[in-house]
Amino acid sequence: MKVWVPCDAAAVACGADEVAAAIASAAGLRGEEVEIIRNGTRGMIWLEPLVEVERDGVRHGFGPMTPEDVPALFEAGDHPKALGPVEDIPFFAKQTRLTFARCGRTDPLSLADYEAGEGWRGLRRALDLGAEKTVEEVTTSGLRGRGGAGFPTGIKWKTVAGAEDAQKYIVCNADEGDSGSFADRMLMEGDPFCLIEGMAIAGLAVGATKGFIYIRSEYPHAIRTMVAAINAAQSAGIIGDSLMGQGPAFDLEVRVGAGAYICGEETSLLNSLEGKRGMVRAKPPLPALEGAFGKPTVVNNVLSLAAVPWIMTHGGAAYAEFGLGRSRGTIPIQIAGNVKQGGLFETAFGMTLGTLINEIGGGTASGRPFKAVQVGGPLGAYHGPDDFDLRVCYEAFADQGGLVGHAGFVVHDESADMLALARYAMEFCAIESCGKCTPCRIGAVRGMETLDRVAAGDREAIELLHELCEVMEKGSLCAMGGFTPYPVRSAIRLFPQEFSRIEEAAE
Amino acid sequence: MTKDDRLDAILAAHAGREGALLPILHDLQAEFGCVPADCYQPIADALRLSRAEVSGVVSFYHDFRDAPAGKHVIKLCRAEACQSMGGAEMIARLERALGMKIGETKGDVTLEAVYCLGLCACAPAAMVGDRLVGRASSERIEALVAEVSA
Ligand SMILES: Cc1cc2nc3c(=O)[nH]c(=O)nc-3n(C[C@H](O)[C@H](O)[C@H](O)COP(=O)(O)O)c2cc1C
Ligand code: SF4
Ligand code: FES
Repeated sequence: MKVWVPCDAAAVACGADEVAAAIASAAGLRGEEVEIIRNGTRGMIWLEPLVEVERDGVRHGFGPMTPEDVPALFEAGDHPKALGPVEDIPFFAKQTRLTFARCGRTDPLSLADYEAGEGWRGLRRALDLGAEKTVEEVTTSGLRGRGGAGFPTGIKWKTVAGAEDAQKYIVCNADEGDSGSFADRMLMEGDPFCLIEGMAIAGLAVGATKGFIYIRSEYPHAIRTMVAAINAAQSAGIIGDSLMGQGPAFDLEVRVGAGAYICGEETSLLNSLEGKRGMVRAKPPLPALEGAFGKPTVVNNVLSLAAVPWIMTHGGAAYAEFGLGRSRGTIPIQIAGNVKQGGLFETAFGMTLGTLINEIGGGTASGRPFKAVQVGGPLGAYHGPDDFDLRVCYEAFADQGGLVGHAGFVVHDESADMLALARYAMEFCAIESCGKCTPCRIGAVRGMETLDRVAAGDREAIELLHELCEVMEKGSLCAMGGFTPYPVRSAIRLFPQEFSRIEEAAE
Repeated sequence: MTKDDRLDAILAAHAGREGALLPILHDLQAEFGCVPADCYQPIADALRLSRAEVSGVVSFYHDFRDAPAGKHVIKLCRAEACQSMGGAEMIARLERALGMKIGETKGDVTLEAVYCLGLCACAPAAMVGDRLVGRASSERIEALVAEVSA
């Protein structure tokens, strides 16, 4: 019998290790031959631990499993947690998995599995095409940065390729600090060679020989898997002195963050990488020209880089066939929080918010009515049911005073306290501000105080809060201070009564 | 090995590395449970920095401690997805049950806030030592604490 039990941190957090141990011991007791493979997650987190058992060549799902559910796996008859063929589960079947094509299917650290699933084909094609045509292919794909800002990846690469310097770097931003986001983690734990391949292609394309993956310290599993995958790729001669033994040199190293959200901002990340305080740098100079250690540097998010192998394998034009408007390709949406079916859903840009929450997510986990969804992390706006026809793409959300960001969607039910959430947004900014500019450093603290006054029924405080938001938005150097007003203002706009309730009670 | 030997070994392991300060600080904390202030000067000397620069970096990052934490560190996620699943209430219940607040150490146990563990689709989330806990409740975390400190 062949069995898969995910090793992804979310599966483990829900008991996957205990389930795997129970399967091994049940098999031992019965004297049955069982091969247990620790795969990545399929991304259907509400079903984790999601065990898969091969029957007649088809992988059948069972979940969410507990050790007590294990013995029945070995018995004839219907299993209470049976889900049928795992790839027929609607949440999975409805996706367009390009970046996450292998994730959940394979053993993340098996080079054989990777190779069998189209692995290294993109890199081979890039080696054949050469640097210039590789940059062209990525430009044709229309790929835009998945880290939040949506900057066209091809243009960034072209700038770095054009910079004359003996030393250039590829820096992968794996700082993924947004609440509601876990796609970077899932990819690094579930298909680490895909990121390695994407970075190798980037190195080849721009003439960089060294890459760093900056992973937040809150992700110990991802760090371990990435380090092991890099070692394996080096031993196999894929990266190192020569890419696949035929190309230029390209080597990789993991660097670990130290618990600072702001280090996800690219210039702060570069300072941190250099061993400095994670202060944001003013731009220009662009990191593309003066990045890590003052050298031309590509800084890209995990998902941007991990999209590249597919693009190089199938062509930029094929990737650009998916999507909507200027948002091309697929977006790995992470739907989380108070939602029945939380997880990762990769789909072409263009799905409506309502479909995502009600059909894909299945509504709230609590069963209480939906109230609001925060999109794009702690700096993203809250959206209510009136926005359900918004299509997931960069432009539509920007037009509504919000952002798609790293595509984390955090659902709240009617019990959510919007004033408390607005205050939390200011508090988070106060905790995580790098301290470089006054509107953010001081403004966030004033914002918390002002919201406390609002809560206490102070009539003038709301006006003051709006002025403060204005100052933060206009006067901050980066989006930390600049966008913190988004969740605050949107909460007030959607639920004004919650910001005047005490006042009414006092009258 | 004396403390100085252990520090020297760590510094030697990173000699010549680009941007070595954070990796050194992580290794020091793994070795000593914190970044002792009397290490600032030797680190500064090894990396040709000023002591103030080293001290400034240590204080910037939330991870680095100036004194060791309790033997059992419990990290509770305070971020939005966990809040949407009752995380704040869970933290309050746990604080009451353990008779301590986030940020405090009592006996062997240190309670800390964390801002997202990437477990937002199985919220609320926590970490007890190295162990990740999804769909957490205060009862479950209390049981795990009892288990590890038994
Ligand atoms: C406060 C703040 C936090 C950020 N956090 C992240 C992050 O965790 N991961 C990320 O890839 N980009 C993050 N970004 C965006 C980066 O600055 C940068 O745009 C991105 O890494 C570029 O890569 P991309 O073009 O592939 O998206 C953040 C930006 C700001 C202002
Ligand atoms: S807005 Fe905040 S985080 Fe950004 S540079 Fe200014 S102080 Fe630093
Ligand atoms: S918000 Fe708590 S784990 Fe992400």
